[in-house]
Amino acid sequence: MVNTSPTLEFKSSTFFAPILILYTNDMIAIEQTLYEKINLAPDFFKDSPLMIDLRELNKLNLDLDFSQLAQLLRRVGFFPVGIRGGNEQQNKQARALSLPIDTVRELGNPIIIGETQKQENTQQPLTQPEVAAIKEPKEPVQPAAIPPVSATTILVTQPIRSGQRIYASGDLIILSQVSAGAEIMAEGNIHVYNTLRGRALAGVHGNTAARIFCFDLQAELISIAGDYKTSEDLNKQTYSSPVQIYLQNHALIIKEIA
Amino acid sequence: MARIIVVTSGKGGVGKTTTSAAIAMGLAKRGHKTAVIDFDVGLRNLDLILGCERRVVYDFINVINGEASLNQALIRDKNCNLLYILPASQTRDKDALTHEGVGKVLDELSKDFGYIVCDSPAGIEKGANLALYFADDAFVVTNPEISSVRDSDRMLGILSSKSRRAERNEEPIKEYLLLTRYDADRVKLGEMLSLEDVQEILSLELLGIIPESKSVLSASNAGIPVILDEKSEAGQAYADVVARYLGEKLPHRFIDGKQGFLRRLFGGRK
Repeated sequence: MVNTSPTLEFKSSTFFAPILILYTNDMIAIEQTLYEKINLAPDFFKDSPLMIDLRELNKLNLDLDFSQLAQLLRRVGFFPVGIRGGNEQQNKQARALSLPIDTVRELGNPIIIGETQKQENTQQPLTQPEVAAIKEPKEPVQPAAIPPVSATTILVTQPIRSGQRIYASGDLIILSQVSAGAEIMAEGNIHVYNTLRGRALAGVHGNTAARIFCFDLQAELISIAGDYKTSEDLNKQTYSSPVQIYLQNHALIIKEIA
Repeated sequence: MARIIVVTSGKGGVGKTTTSAAIAMGLAKRGHKTAVIDFDVGLRNLDLILGCERRVVYDFINVINGEASLNQALIRDKNCNLLYILPASQTRDKDALTHEGVGKVLDELSKDFGYIVCDSPAGIEKGANLALYFADDAFVVTNPEISSVRDSDRMLGILSSKSRRAERNEEPIKEYLLLTRYDADRVKLGEMLSLEDVQEILSLELLGIIPESKSVLSASNAGIPVILDEKSEAGQAYADVVARYLGEKLPHRFIDGKQGFLRRLFGGRK
């Protein structure tokens, strides 16, 4: 057999970056305020990636020298990783500086995510906290170049045996048991109305609002939007109980369903 | 049309060949013309268990390659004239098995046999995959220990996704559990998984429990399928398995539990 170790691999992933919302084009004022903010928490901002949001600025019809802004940000210690809400000219400048343009999330206002579950759908504006998720890899693409993906719910009635994998682009509902060594994945929520012994990964494309529901939790691993727990970390109290699992401030919460 | 049975497990050494020989003999003894095929190419064992190793001239691979006819390769059992053995080749490996070749042999056998028992090799590679591909029924042989149970679970996944029935979207392979080398005393001591533990993971229709028995090894060494040893517990257990497979309702034996335990186990099951 030929050993074929891959050269590279593409994976869908999300990472978090602060967003800088500009209300003025006064570079001196911007620089001064930035230094003030950085002095409050120097370690937090040091070498931090930064998303630049120009929507407020453009609402005020203020012009901006984009390359000057990028230079300023780098000088202060940020790494600009993209812009959004820019006009045509600003997008062009950003592209010249090799900065990606975020087009997906141009709609809607930032909403702080609460405990309420929100259905993630590409056609709807995404719910986003002040810190927005940026999809990676992301190319500077033309607006509306991303076709909406139809998220389908998959229903499985047969047992999922060891070694089997199920993937749902929407929600995944399983009526039978999921054996140890099986892997079930969904971009949305996962429901298992039986014993869950395998691995369950919900919100695999970064939907932090996704949840896992199961009738009897004995999983090897549970994960929501990349945050995971192995069976070793599972609380004995919720083991073998009907539970729901959700994400709160990057922590997986396992709650018994009474 | 013959009914094709695959005896499979994933894990090695759990008793697939012993089971194949026993149930093939059991079916033949009950008047069904039965063929048993050794799919373990390169590690030929079935002929030893059935005591026909000195009569092997041609084998399964010869038939697949067209070097011998099926009638030349089939060996009639000396204890039962309704049982025929198609031995594996010892000098080749699993790559000698081809999809078309196996399909052709099974088609031809189907014409005048009632049952065809396919003795699967261990593992989940080509030999095992081809042994189960054409099956109608699967006997999943499992020992009461966790690694065997997990491997059986994996095998069940393959049975439900990689068989001809699955590919053609036909009624799925009927899967049965055969719990072998079961030692009720060790189960009581907590050293061995109980039937209940195994069923919690596999949840299959139980065809029978074969107790750990010294008679299995001596029967294998003598080349006489253990089912012919009617005095032994293992022999009786295999006879029960065959009867249940053919539709008889028999209570399960050799679990050696209390009556309450039994009722709890089977009372609620459909």
